[in-house]
Amino acid sequence: MSTATAAPAWTKVRQQPGALARLFDNKAFLIVICLLPAVGLLMTFLTYPLGLGVYLAFTDQTIGRRGIWVGFENFEFLFEDPIFWNAVFFSVFYTAIATVGKFALGLWLALLLNQHLPMKSILRAIVLLPWIVPTVLSAIAFWWIYDPQFSIISWMLIELGIRETNVDFINSPWSARWSLIWANIWRGIPFVAISLLAGLQTISPSLYEAALLDGATPWQRFRHITFPMLLPILAIVMTFSIIFTFTDFQLVYSITRGGPVNSTHLMATLAFQRGIPGGQLGEGAAIAVAMIPFLVFATLFSYFALARRKWQQGESND
Amino acid sequence: MSDVAASPGNTNTASAAPEMMAWDSKSRRVVTLYVPLACFLIILLFPFYWMTVTAFKPNAELYNFAEHNPLWISSPTLDHIYHLLFRTAYPKWLWTTMLVAVASTFLSLLCSTLAAYAIQRLRFRGSQYVGLAIYLAYLVPPSILFIPLATMVVQLGLFDTPFALILVYPTFLVPFCTWLLIGYFKSIPYELEECALIDGATRLQILRRITLPLAVPGLISAGIFSFTLSWNEFIYALAFIQSSENKTVPVAILTELVTGDVYQWGALMAGALLGSLPVAIFYSFFVDYYVSSLTGAVKE
Repeated sequence: MSTATAAPAWTKVRQQPGALARLFDNKAFLIVICLLPAVGLLMTFLTYPLGLGVYLAFTDQTIGRRGIWVGFENFEFLFEDPIFWNAVFFSVFYTAIATVGKFALGLWLALLLNQHLPMKSILRAIVLLPWIVPTVLSAIAFWWIYDPQFSIISWMLIELGIRETNVDFINSPWSARWSLIWANIWRGIPFVAISLLAGLQTISPSLYEAALLDGATPWQRFRHITFPMLLPILAIVMTFSIIFTFTDFQLVYSITRGGPVNSTHLMATLAFQRGIPGGQLGEGAAIAVAMIPFLVFATLFSYFALARRKWQQGESND
Repeated sequence: MSDVAASPGNTNTASAAPEMMAWDSKSRRVVTLYVPLACFLIILLFPFYWMTVTAFKPNAELYNFAEHNPLWISSPTLDHIYHLLFRTAYPKWLWTTMLVAVASTFLSLLCSTLAAYAIQRLRFRGSQYVGLAIYLAYLVPPSILFIPLATMVVQLGLFDTPFALILVYPTFLVPFCTWLLIGYFKSIPYELEECALIDGATRLQILRRITLPLAVPGLISAGIFSFTLSWNEFIYALAFIQSSENKTVPVAILTELVTGDVYQWGALMAGALLGSLPVAIFYSFFVDYYVSSLTGAVKE
């Protein structure tokens, strides 16, 4: 008796799906639905503004007034503007020095962290801290460290008898530039170190064992095993680092605001200053657009120069 | 990516053996390893130490290096923190920042989970090109976009509202999260989904009951990363928000606390410290997810 009542319940479980359920099971429909939010959002707030920015660079739009097409006038004006050229120079200089510094120190730190160490995971967590904390807030700390009157570094140097007077960190052009570059290196080391550490951990220990048996020195092991195996990751990390250093805004804006006398403006801070507080949207957009060729060049250079190795080894470029 | 990130311990102990052979003398190990490492840690942490010390120092000590050792506090005070919490709009800024960070994180997680699922699991013709396009979107820096976005935000009537930030932040969060989640979905065996398909599950059921629960570590990593990135974002918040009460913490500290010629260093450092603490605490709970998302994204 009981088995007879159970049998119909068994067949009932399998229902015909409704029209809506069948629609959601249609693969083409599902692909469109799944891609729509992400692609729609990126199209509206990324691709469209990118195009709009290029268009704005050729107009004389200001805040509150629609611009008209002026052709290359903005660029002609900028090319005669020494402040713009200074910003271009400092952007390239800042990116070059900071990238070299970040990668030299970051690689060194990664090699140190790759050794056999006690409390390794805590160390790794501490090292990442400068990268987690909002850049503006650590930049404010650097601003206070670089204070002309109450700089802690000046105090230490005077106490140690190395200097007689306070160090002038941000009130003359060149010292301000070096101070900013140092702050950028400080902030960039953790990212480079942790990414490269991940790369180091993928290198098979048997390679080092083989090299040791062949009598390779530590330098030879680094030069012929570690470095070549690290190149693919190095290429990607460097591409990112160059792009985000070149377009950096926060550090310079918080520490010097482009001063003294416009000597530390990066292209991004100059674009902001002309565009938003200055109201010259067209001119600001032109400065921003002028960054694009540098970025494309830097990306292609670091990618092709460094990633070539990966293709030679025949790995899939996923 | 995933197998390496999951087992860093094994590779280390294995690679340690040949290293130990080379570094036979202990003093050499101290000079080449511990001393540089200590220098790195001191340099990396010093600004935070200085920030903390300044935040708890009374003004009399702060500007008098002759009588007080600046590296230490003789009579700690909570004056600066009290000033910050009760005489400025700091709690309001903190609330706005939290709201914007949480909302934009949820929005971008939703978009990127669906997109990553479509690209990685519902394979279709040209799916890898969509993936590549989303990856390239990550390489477009905010410094290029903020001027045109500012004009768009004004036209949409969103200027000076948190909604502008909630809608704009996903532009740099979605590419990153999608990229990360594609990697996670890739590590989930396809056979599991095929079994479910044979059992008569619909695709949405598969996503909800099988793929998403298995991708939870990836979702957590992406969420933490998005939260930190939107908490730290500066240039959009600076350009799109004007009124004091709608500002986010990083912008407000720089524009509202820096007034006049005399900087209130104590209050500034207290603000910087309190603004960093939520992210730092949040981060310390999920360090492993964070590291694996960072390294996973680089290796993908």
